[in-house]
Amino acid sequence: MAIRVQHEAFRPGVELEALHAANAGIGAVVGFVGYVRDYNDGNPVAAMTLEYYPGMTEKALAGIVAQAHARWSLLGVEIVHRVGQLLPGEPIVFVGTASAHRQAAFDACNFIMDYLKTRAPFWKREDTPEGAHWVDGRDSDQAAARRWE
Amino acid sequence: MIEVLYFARYREALDCEGERLPWSAELDSLEALRARLLARGGAWQVLAEQSLMCARNQELCSLAEPLADGDEVAFFPPVTGG
Repeated sequence: MAIRVQHEAFRPGVELEALHAANAGIGAVVGFVGYVRDYNDGNPVAAMTLEYYPGMTEKALAGIVAQAHARWSLLGVEIVHRVGQLLPGEPIVFVGTASAHRQAAFDACNFIMDYLKTRAPFWKREDTPEGAHWVDGRDSDQAAARRWE
Repeated sequence: MIEVLYFARYREALDCEGERLPWSAELDSLEALRARLLARGGAWQVLAEQSLMCARNQELCSLAEPLADGDEVAFFPPVTGG
């Protein structure tokens, strides 16, 4: 399954190998893993909770993958994104891209992450010693997404 | 009827996950719907934020997007996944 939104933990290495195993014509696989950090903006983070929009989130990710396929010659794409409560050190997201040669896989992985961060409906709430708060969107993420337009 | 959903910080501020509202001809865009909700005052002012994002039938759109009977609409703060 190329796109999964799930509560369960996953192992990035397993996802990366499965992506390659699917097609012997693949010469390059690029994987991005995003993790929960123990500090954000100088404050300790005890846990993070990810909310999403069931139905739309999966559609938004599928739309981003379709755009990546239209722009680059890809032999495989996989996205795994966790929701619910996560602890520091746990993987949040995996994006893997596969192609015959490296450049398409590198660029497509970068593109998918930039679009995921600005267009896919997920929201992070951090639990800190001062209480829970919602993470604000970053202008730098918006700027990163615009460079693909 | 239209189904209106609220997520994350907006859901908490409004203490509401979503609601069904009768559709009427003057609710012809998401902007008109937002104006109707803002008129409730109080916590609903959160929907006046410049950074508000919205979706119609599970597709991102602008507030100028037309609204039709049976639509599912969502209002939410900027997304922060990944």
